[in-house]
Amino acid sequence: MSDSNNDSIHEDTTTGLNNRKLLMWAFLGSDCMFFASLIATYLVYKGKSVTGPNPIDLFSIPVTSVSTFVLLMSSMSMVLAYSALTRGRLKVFRVWLLSTVILGMTFLGFQVFEFRDFTVNEVKISCEQNSPKYLELENKLSNSQKSEYKKQCSENLESAHIEFGMTPRTNLFGTTFFVLTGFHGAHVTIGVIWLLSLYFYSFKRGAVSAERHLDVDLAALYWHFVDIVWIIIFTVVYLFGVYEGF
Amino acid sequence: MNKEETSNHPTPKIYISTALILSLLTAIEIGIFYITSLGYWMIPILSILSIAKFALVVMVYMHLKYETKIFTIMFLTGLILATAIVFALMTLFRFF
Repeated sequence: MSDSNNDSIHEDTTTGLNNRKLLMWAFLGSDCMFFASLIATYLVYKGKSVTGPNPIDLFSIPVTSVSTFVLLMSSMSMVLAYSALTRGRLKVFRVWLLSTVILGMTFLGFQVFEFRDFTVNEVKISCEQNSPKYLELENKLSNSQKSEYKKQCSENLESAHIEFGMTPRTNLFGTTFFVLTGFHGAHVTIGVIWLLSLYFYSFKRGAVSAERHLDVDLAALYWHFVDIVWIIIFTVVYLFGVYEGF
Repeated sequence: MNKEETSNHPTPKIYISTALILSLLTAIEIGIFYITSLGYWMIPILSILSIAKFALVVMVYMHLKYETKIFTIMFLTGLILATAIVFALMTLFRFF
């Protein structure tokens, strides 16, 4: 760590501010544009997929609500870690920092579960004539899925099990959704690694203290940023995605 | 940033209160989502709630409210451009 990390030293820069912190804010501003372009791409292609599945067929709002809550709580534990550090309470800082890492990893676990669930999704369609489920999905099924349905029903089965999963290659919704949430997940992963490295670094004598808190401050800013991006994704992608009027 | 500049940061009590407000806003969002009778009103209401949560995290947890205006300018510049990108692309692709 450089000498500029010592926050008790007056910042001898043209702005009088720490350059690393200024750079972090500039980076966060530019990352806003990055995510904005991904969100805009998701929105402009929304409802333009030729085949299903669509958001309403896959999203589970209760599950995503829990993961959203987990990420919000991780922001709280992060700021409490930072607050403890600035008050010189290193042990309390470590507890809150480790809590943040655990909550971040829990959020990633939810995302992995969700991605896997979307990929292996399957629908059960009754083989009776004019089956309501078939009529509902008729426009969303691809030709191969329709052939599979007919094939299974021709074998005198009561119902057919059709693969209705989604990968980034399935349709426009799949591509835009996985790219957006995948990049967010990558940001969270980087954040978890960063926080974990700070946790171990704090055991080095004098490396992290009330006077030398800039490293933690920068990591905290980054962590809160991934939280605010998710706040927007949750509303725009998930809630608006399932709402048919949007 | 020196130590004096962190002295005006909020207390843990305020951070926990903020977390409670954020949780409450999220619960309201989810509740509103299930009220189908709201129709199209759901979109502006959910947008406002989302913006409120965004602003709370930025101002309180990221300390933008308590720090120099230069950081606010740096971040807001990116945020305004980001919003412009969203609306420009949506207009370009005839979303509206």
